[in-house]
Amino acid sequence: MHWLINSTIGRKFVMSISGLFLILFLLFHMSMNLVLVFSLDAYDQVTQFLGANWYAVVASLILAAGFIVHILYASILTLQNQKARGKDKYAVKNTKDASWSSKNMYVLGFVVLSFLVLHMIQFWYEMQFKELFGMEGAINRGSELIVPLFKQPLYVIVYLIAFVALWLHLTHGFWSALHTVGWNNTIWMKRLKNISYVVATIIVAGFTVIPIYVYFFVPSPF
Amino acid sequence: MDIDINIKVKVWRQKGPKEKGRFETYGLKNISQGSSFLEMMDILNEQLINEGKEPVVFDHDCREGICGICSLYIDGYPHGPDEDITTCQLHMRKFNEGDTITVEPWRSAGFPIIKDLMVDRTSFDKIIQAGGYVSVNTGGAPDANSIPIPRHDAEAAMDSAACIGCGACVAACKNGSAMLFVAAKVTQLALLPQGRAEAKKRAKSMVAKMDELGFGNCTNTGACEVECPKNIAITDIARLNYEFLNAKIRD
Ligand code: HEM
Ligand code: SF4
Ligand code: FES
Repeated sequence: MHWLINSTIGRKFVMSISGLFLILFLLFHMSMNLVLVFSLDAYDQVTQFLGANWYAVVASLILAAGFIVHILYASILTLQNQKARGKDKYAVKNTKDASWSSKNMYVLGFVVLSFLVLHMIQFWYEMQFKELFGMEGAINRGSELIVPLFKQPLYVIVYLIAFVALWLHLTHGFWSALHTVGWNNTIWMKRLKNISYVVATIIVAGFTVIPIYVYFFVPSPF
Repeated sequence: MDIDINIKVKVWRQKGPKEKGRFETYGLKNISQGSSFLEMMDILNEQLINEGKEPVVFDHDCREGICGICSLYIDGYPHGPDEDITTCQLHMRKFNEGDTITVEPWRSAGFPIIKDLMVDRTSFDKIIQAGGYVSVNTGGAPDANSIPIPRHDAEAAMDSAACIGCGACVAACKNGSAMLFVAAKVTQLALLPQGRAEAKKRAKSMVAKMDELGFGNCTNTGACEVECPKNIAITDIARLNYEFLNAKIRD
């Protein structure tokens, strides 16, 4: 299995599989969130069900592994690529040949990562972490956290910015991941790129609904 | 209509592989737009020689777009600001009176500079030597239809075989990746029955050589296919990925 580290296509394969796994997670997370739009109570039931049970903990660990592998490989690939490009840069930059997002996957990933840290502090720490380690004030009704948070315009905006970065990451990432595992040809190229936009838009639209819905339509708890 | 133009050429000058390079700007008068870009470079060199200066070193040979030795990164584009041609096929028509044209070498760790605009592309030869061939003596040309090959495969193989190994794909790539070149070479043989026998071994050994030589990891930006003078498509890269993964997973 050395080739998953030693070979360029092996490394790309890991990147692709971990990326596709994260996309699956996002689809699951997004559908779960959407419950909130229909009923806060139903949403709270979902979050209570997914507290610190063994299955939720195992799933969280697998998910964390997926993120770590993806980020680790992203950093290795980016460093290797900078080295392969060499020290001398072109005096005249070319901005036309490739899309901006395809050239800035690491930057976009970094924005998503920074958001992830904030998001973990705001939710995961309060909910699963505190419960897991028997700390004071663990919250298992998600709405108690979400509603006060998204009543603050600042956090609505911060979350929206992260979603834009995620959208850009996925519009290139999705088709690229399938291309990496060899599932592409002259006929499917256009289709895959279009499907990529659809997938990215579904995921990001699903997430975007939440802060906006809470901000405008949920009665203020204050 | 073609006219004569006065231009400036900003050229990368570098004495040797280890030396520090810099740009020099030269003025040229009355260059016919009907001349080719390399003829313009010849005129520049003649002017430099007459002034007692060192001429600019650049690669060129066939000057008709088939040998793949010409390079040059012109105004931000490998093979210059025109579509689907090599530098030797570029015309001065693409430029206007008063332009300053910036001419740089291919820049990539896999292609170290030898002198001025000439880079060392022997890494491509090494990749070919690692497996870019069919290792049987083919003998005389066989009867045309003795091995039936679907038309679509034959066409796709021919399209990939059009790669001239110029390295524009590497020069255009932000990752300094040679995937388009290797993909074209692997595809051209993988699609034909004669090449199929060694397809797995070939994909593995050519990719291993490419890695060893320090080329980067492809992130599917697609800049290579835009700049390729022979229109090699990145779908060849998907095929290379498939061939390689297939070979590794079956090991
Ligand atoms: C929810 C989060 C994320 C999802 C769903 C995701 C998804 C993907 C997908 C599908 C790809 C394409 C893989 C391929 O081309 O084969 C990709 C590429 C990439 N991701 Fe992510 N990603 C996420 C987070 C991150 C983070 C946090 C980082 C880094 C800090 C990151 C950095 C990268 C980089 C640099 C690439 C390009 C690498 C390459 O194409 O070889 N991603 N991502
Ligand atoms: S794939 Fe195109 S750009 Fe790359 S070496 Fe071959 S002909 Fe040149
Ligand atoms: S000199 Fe032969 S392809 Fe340009």
